[in-house]
Amino acid sequence: MIPLLSVQHLTKTYGRHIGCSDVSFDLFPGEVMGIVGESGSGKSTLLNCMAGHLPPDAGRVMFDTRTEGPRDTVTMSEPERRMLGRTDWAFVHQHARDGLRMGVSAGGNVGERLMAVGARHYGDIRAAATDWLGRVEIDTGRIDDRPSTFSGGMQQRLQIARNLVTGPRLVFMDEPTGGLDVSVQARLLDLLRGLVRQMGLSAVIVTHDLAVVRLLADRLMVMKDGRVVETGLTDQVLDDPQHGYTQLLVSSVLQV
Amino acid sequence: MTEHYNFAYLDEQTKRMIRRAILKGLAVPGYQVPFASREMPMPYGWGTGGVQVTAATLTPEDTLKVIDQGADDTTNAVSIRKFFERTAGVAVTERTAEATVIQTRHRIPEEPLTKGQILVYQVPIPEPLRFLEPSEVETRKMHALEDYGLMHVKLYEDISRHGHIATSYAYPVKVQGRYVMDPSPIPKFDNPKMEMAAIQLFGAGREQRIYALPPHTRVMSLDFEDHPFEASKANHACGLCASTDSYLDEVITDDQGGRMFVCSDTDYCSTRQAAGFKGKDAA
Repeated sequence: MIPLLSVQHLTKTYGRHIGCSDVSFDLFPGEVMGIVGESGSGKSTLLNCMAGHLPPDAGRVMFDTRTEGPRDTVTMSEPERRMLGRTDWAFVHQHARDGLRMGVSAGGNVGERLMAVGARHYGDIRAAATDWLGRVEIDTGRIDDRPSTFSGGMQQRLQIARNLVTGPRLVFMDEPTGGLDVSVQARLLDLLRGLVRQMGLSAVIVTHDLAVVRLLADRLMVMKDGRVVETGLTDQVLDDPQHGYTQLLVSSVLQV
Repeated sequence: MTEHYNFAYLDEQTKRMIRRAILKGLAVPGYQVPFASREMPMPYGWGTGGVQVTAATLTPEDTLKVIDQGADDTTNAVSIRKFFERTAGVAVTERTAEATVIQTRHRIPEEPLTKGQILVYQVPIPEPLRFLEPSEVETRKMHALEDYGLMHVKLYEDISRHGHIATSYAYPVKVQGRYVMDPSPIPKFDNPKMEMAAIQLFGAGREQRIYALPPHTRVMSLDFEDHPFEASKANHACGLCASTDSYLDEVITDDQGGRMFVCSDTDYCSTRQAAGFKGKDAA
């Protein structure tokens, strides 16, 4: 089986500081990988390097493209990488404001990716936008409202709709539930879990919330100081942490 | 007075620099070529870009026509025409057919332009993506990568808000299947005329950009399959010359709601009146 995404020896440094160092893993179709670690451990750097937002200093990011099989996205041309970013990839930002156009209506936000890949039929675009607003549980009557009038949870769900509308195969998520209150978090997680299972998506989720990975991720990677210190099946890592740092992380979770 | 100025005001070195930008623009239709825009003896926004392009294009044998919103007799048109009469000593005219260089603000003359004529546009904001993407670095990247999905988002927003594409001027076009270009704030009625036999040059002085369309370049107005582009105008006949196929201005005539529609192209209207056409409001 060919991995959908194969990260090999990925390294990024900021001058003397290490962003992430020698990270390697494979992600198979339909699999969800969680990356946890404290702030500054390099998980966001790693995610941005994988998604093509940051150029890594060394290493390869092989993605199994639809037409040409595995390609190194680090060395592919900018137009090709942007095309992937609009079709097969999706990126859910921690802050919805980074991933949405706040001055454009909800429907326009969802439709943008469709129009970027060549959709030129207004009725079809609008129908797709309506369908997706429904799927992420946003009242379709609000299709012409701007996201600035939406609550934080709605903005995050709109961002997810906007990303998934082109039927991507790989979703990068950076703290998708950060900054939301727990009941909204729970609904969002429920929605994400449903979508991931329904669409057979592969995903890489970066978070510091262990509950999120427990619910969503099949496999878990623990990072500290830019390096991977432990990997394994999520339940295995969380129930029987081997590395000292992972043990600390797991034991630091408040039990209510 | 002419002897006090270099021909057409600008020095020769500057004109060469502008001509190089124009030639590059013609070679890559629709691409915005940066150029070192000079201070001109008029405020930005009054056509400093157009004036510099005209100055670099004029030869002593040229006949110049200047229009502002189609009219030859408005402040901007009169002062620019006088400026070149004085600094270049070129012949001037109000007749579209007699002119070899036409500088325009916000209109294309009604009479079809022919081979050998040059139409110079004054452009306030050359970047069609500007109001959607404020970063110049990003918009240049978008042009380079032909990443134009965002342009349709603007049209989508129009339809969702108004039920139709409400953009009525500065309507974005795609040039020769490649660059998306701002046609300057001409009414969208004029968009189809941009596929013409004359050379079209666009100058933006404040924004320091020149772009161009060689003759017979393919210019497509962006649209949706189910909301096709439509060149619109006021649904009236000209009150003075009774023309039904020219672009009309609405003129308020009194405080009682009286109004009339007249051709915005004054030369076209007066030529028709001289030929005997008479509208319902003609004296």
